Amino acid sequence: MTDDQDTELPEERTPGPPGVGVAPQADVPAAEDPGVPASGQVAGEFTIQARSEWRMILRRFMRHRLAVAAAVILFLIVVGSLVGGRFWTYSYDEITDNYSTGPTWQHPMGTDGVGHDVLAMVLRGAQKSVQIMLLVAFFSTTFGVAIGAIAGFYRGFVDSLLMRLVDLVLTIPSLAVLLVLSRRVVGGGGGGWFWLAVIIAALVWTQIARIVRAEVLSVREKEYIEAARAAGAKDRRIILRHILPNIVGSIIVAATLTMAAAILIETTLSYLGLGVRVPDTSLGRLVADGQTAAQTRPWLFYFPGLVIIVIVLCVNFIGDGLRDAFDPKQTRVRA
Amino acid sequence: MIAFIVRRLAVSIPLVLASSFIVFLLVASAADPLEELRLNPRISEEVIEARERELNLDKPLFERYGIWLGNAVQGDFGEDNQGSDVAPQLTRALGTTLRLVIVAIFIAVVLALIAGVISAVRQYSWFDYSSTFAAFLFYSLPVFWLAVLLKEFAAIRLNNVLEGWGFSRWIATVGSQSATFNGSFMARIGDIAGHTFLPALTLILVSFAAYSRYTRSSMLETLNSDYVRTAEAKGIPRSQVIRKHALRNALIPVTTVVALDFSAVIGGAIVTERVFNWRGMGTLLIDAVTAADVNVVQAWLLVTAIVVVVFNLLADVLYALLDPRIRLD
Repeated sequence: MTDDQDTELPEERTPGPPGVGVAPQADVPAAEDPGVPASGQVAGEFTIQARSEWRMILRRFMRHRLAVAAAVILFLIVVGSLVGGRFWTYSYDEITDNYSTGPTWQHPMGTDGVGHDVLAMVLRGAQKSVQIMLLVAFFSTTFGVAIGAIAGFYRGFVDSLLMRLVDLVLTIPSLAVLLVLSRRVVGGGGGGWFWLAVIIAALVWTQIARIVRAEVLSVREKEYIEAARAAGAKDRRIILRHILPNIVGSIIVAATLTMAAAILIETTLSYLGLGVRVPDTSLGRLVADGQTAAQTRPWLFYFPGLVIIVIVLCVNFIGDGLRDAFDPKQTRVRA
Repeated sequence: MIAFIVRRLAVSIPLVLASSFIVFLLVASAADPLEELRLNPRISEEVIEARERELNLDKPLFERYGIWLGNAVQGDFGEDNQGSDVAPQLTRALGTTLRLVIVAIFIAVVLALIAGVISAVRQYSWFDYSSTFAAFLFYSLPVFWLAVLLKEFAAIRLNNVLEGWGFSRWIATVGSQSATFNGSFMARIGDIAGHTFLPALTLILVSFAAYSRYTRSSMLETLNSDYVRTAEAKGIPRSQVIRKHALRNALIPVTTVVALDFSAVIGGAIVTERVFNWRGMGTLLIDAVTAADVNVVQAWLLVTAIVVVVFNLLADVLYALLDPRIRLD
């Protein structure tokens, strides 16, 4: 539609960078293996195909500059929050001699009314939020993919049983469950954040299950599934080797979006006083504690809030970039 | 169509029952509703026992659920832990939340349709880029952060501006209306509008983000379909193609999203309510769960579950009405 498009289209239609496509093929040493040149060549072609498929996805992702920048920033935040606390001068529960100071060289994000260093607390809070985000992504993706794949593959009775389970989880007011469970489970001890992650995962897996089910329903009708079945492959193998690899794009995108949701749910719960508890902290708690100081000591409110926004924004941009990379048809405009 | 609706409702009933049963067990076993009484040394053992009998706390959980269900079916939602009727509290909270949510979603839909359509028609223009960025930003914002920000700053600045125009500090930051207010009907409407402004703005910004993305992508899909190209090839003016051919079809998925979102927000405007001190459905639920007030939670659940079921159904029916290719049976 625009000039921008015209220059992009031909480039994308080229099946992979020419250099990559040709070079390994030339390497296939037909002379070394004169007995079976044909099959050797076929195998070589397949590996080239598989590699360039992923390479094209990576290339398309790299073209999404915002997503690449987001990936770099998120990586720095994740690493920084997981190990940063060890290297920073102050600990999140340490009371310094300075209280209620604004940002200075000594306390880059200031201190709160008691004398806690805000940077140390933000590092700790981000660590908890990131840990919860990663755990939720892992649990909900594993469970959602399993349920969705089984429902879509076997259809019929199994399908309707599992989908009613999904409906049930959707009908139960998640807020009420979170309120009750977080009171009972998350309340005590240092492992609270782990159970918080489990509870959030138990509520968000349904989306992934639905997406996976829908994809499996369409993929299972393809000819290559029929071919695999004719070759005697078992159900398990068909699902794991033939169906899931073909829908991995949608799964990754859905998992990314789940991560963004998980961070927001965690911070919201902590804001309401139901998530991560004292003495530990999370970004949501920090914002909740700092909200009354938004005008008088703005650093207490802005820094943790900005970190939440940057994390969620990065995750969303990465999700967008991945979607484009896995399914270029969705964004491309036909001329 | 009617068969479909009946069947869907029939499937929904056991679902709502199962969900209410699970929540009942959770809430009833979460905490002791009489904890405050027990901790108070001036209240005698007999009084507490009497309250226990009144609230059926001496009976097993399953029996209590049975009693609750029997009454609820007859429209009796019982009393809360303090002994006042649940029904009027629920009606008041629902009214407050509906007022907020209907206004917010309506405005968000209108704005999102405009922004989404322009974004799609002028794909990769500066408008598209900036509205995409705004959408990403708004749904990456924690609602409570945005709400506090609006409350602390937008209110003060806007009120200062409005004061210059002769409105005296019209935008309220606390409550859904002024507690004591004697004025004309119009002044009362103005008061309510002033209180609704900021919470509604919060919800609008967040919902707008999601809706405009959906509108944009479904609009792009229809704009690239063959029938739109055919229409253009026949020489129909572009504005008419966009309005009559593309937009009408692009509205189908958007309708579903809005219908589902509406039912989600009814129970979930909780953060907005909390920040602006509204006594709506969210506050009602939080308070009830914290106090282990089973009857209030159950009534809340029934109402929101019915809203969810009805709106999901509505979404499917609208889908079929807008797109004749979709058959419901």
